[in-house]
Amino acid sequence: MIDTHDSTAADARAALRMERQGKIGRLIAEGVWTIRNSALLDAHLRQLDISGFSEIAIDGSGITRLDSAGGWLLVRTKQELEGAGKRVSEFILPEIYAPLIHAIEQEHNAPPVEMPEHRGVIRVLENLGEGTIETAQQGYRMLGYLGRFTIELMEAIFQPRGNLRVAALFTQVEEIGINALPIVGLLAFLIGIVMAYQGADQLRRFGAEIFTINLLGVGILRELGGLVTAIIIAGRSGSAFTAQIGTMKVNEEIDALQTIGINTFDVLVLPRVMGLIIALPFLTFYADIMAMIGGAVMCYFDLGITVPAFMRQLHEAISMNTFLVIIKAPVVFASIIGLVGCFEGLQVERNAASVGKLTTRSVVEAVFLVIVVDAGFSILFSILGI
Amino acid sequence: MANANEEVVIKVRGLVNIMGGNLIHDHLDLDVYRGEVLGVVGGSGAGKSVLLHSIVGLNRPAEGHIEVFGEDPTPHRERPKNSVQMRWGVLFQEGALFSSQTVAENIQVPLREYTNMSQELMNEVTAMKLSMVGLPQDAARKFPSELSGGMKKRAGLARALAADPELVFLDEPTAGLDPISANQFDELVKDLQKSLGLTVFMVTHDLDTLKATTDRIAVLVNKKIKVGTIDELRKDRDPWIQEYFSGVRGRAALAS
Repeated sequence: MIDTHDSTAADARAALRMERQGKIGRLIAEGVWTIRNSALLDAHLRQLDISGFSEIAIDGSGITRLDSAGGWLLVRTKQELEGAGKRVSEFILPEIYAPLIHAIEQEHNAPPVEMPEHRGVIRVLENLGEGTIETAQQGYRMLGYLGRFTIELMEAIFQPRGNLRVAALFTQVEEIGINALPIVGLLAFLIGIVMAYQGADQLRRFGAEIFTINLLGVGILRELGGLVTAIIIAGRSGSAFTAQIGTMKVNEEIDALQTIGINTFDVLVLPRVMGLIIALPFLTFYADIMAMIGGAVMCYFDLGITVPAFMRQLHEAISMNTFLVIIKAPVVFASIIGLVGCFEGLQVERNAASVGKLTTRSVVEAVFLVIVVDAGFSILFSILGI
Repeated sequence: MANANEEVVIKVRGLVNIMGGNLIHDHLDLDVYRGEVLGVVGGSGAGKSVLLHSIVGLNRPAEGHIEVFGEDPTPHRERPKNSVQMRWGVLFQEGALFSSQTVAENIQVPLREYTNMSQELMNEVTAMKLSMVGLPQDAARKFPSELSGGMKKRAGLARALAADPELVFLDEPTAGLDPISANQFDELVKDLQKSLGLTVFMVTHDLDTLKATTDRIAVLVNKKIKVGTIDELRKDRDPWIQEYFSGVRGRAALAS
């Protein structure tokens, strides 16, 4: 039985053959027994026909190069032969490879590693169960965190002992609010233009172009302005909270703060959430104004409605209640975005992958909750007739 | 040089590196021979890691020429079949294990990439590598975040050795290990070098490791490199080298 294997390089061949002398076999290994030839050698060794032999000699004296993969194949073959009740009379190798074989034989007697199974119905069920428990635990932790935040906030307000970091708070207001002005303003302006254009297009069929302004007033001021601003800020600042706090957690900075005796809530969570609660209503108000300007520009060019006419119609379309909605909803949205962002940041584990995973989760959760709460507000306000 | 007729595995000629406007390496020359363990030492910021990064092709030098196994080590967009990347293994300082994969999967990355081994054989080889680097078998299914610092290094070494490379780069392999683990690591490097005939390029600060494992030492000092055995370097007049080998720590490590 002769097997010669071609490998990638012509000068790197490995050969394996079995010679029979009655009941005694001689397994002759020659050539380059390295990792590159290991796949082929492995396949042939697994199909080795050893029936009818009582004694087998392994002769590797013709091996010109051996590495740990090749060495393992030889050692494994020897162990398998012995396991099958054959006597391995000889195990010859060039002298220089003795330490390698010794190392493999002496130090390694463990079974192959088991790889986790990635497929199957069981796996799906397992994932489902894991996910359910995970979600329940997440909800439980979030509730605890909300409670802690409430206590810390009340203390900061009613029993102030310098735990509200004013400088940090204003840094956050600047970062969350002022630095977001260009992007929020531009997007709101564009939304105003689009709403006015599309609205005018539809309403023109009824000869009711003038109501484009009512559409803008109600649509943007009551709903879209706040929602879009909240979503932009969830993507911009909520993710930043998670990533910042998460990275601090990976770097053990949070642990350092705690060992110094600083309340991490005071320095990390309160300024961020409070900053967001202060900044978001102003941002929303600003976004609404920008959207109105966009709408007015479009109305002027598309419908020929002048700015004074636009203002008069807008004044009729909206009331003081609308303004209250503009201010109230963002406070709630800001609390959600800030709390979720900081909460997920504190959930980060000590590895880099965790930061990315939780940042994604923070944005998704924040946007989800903002839209759910916004829908709730809409229903509530319409029932109350505000 | 005594071993001038041996095969040169790493050849550095006229290497110049500039980082952030600072000259780090000023026309370095270095030869590493097959089968030797070379230790690289130098003060903080002397450019040890930059040198290693230049040799493995992660950092494009400002000037100079580097060959590993006679080839340019810069990563190719299309990998040729016999690329240098297959013939070396790199152990990064913190192990640089892929955090989304288990230890076993990490070790199998080079095997999957460079061989067509069956999954069965890969699992056997993985178990053998774990034994070789002294990790318990149950580490195979753990994720890097569940390992201690020392275990991460061992797992990183197992991955570096997975595809049986001829050349291994070790970046501070014993930093942050307890003395017992560090000793074991030294033994391990020596054993592997002996049994697999590895060439080892090791950046380290650990004088005990240098003494125990290296054949020659390269000292990065004044933007240049000086290579020699410990005994040769101890006779060097350079104040940094004097301080390094004859300071309190140096004397203690070398006396033993």
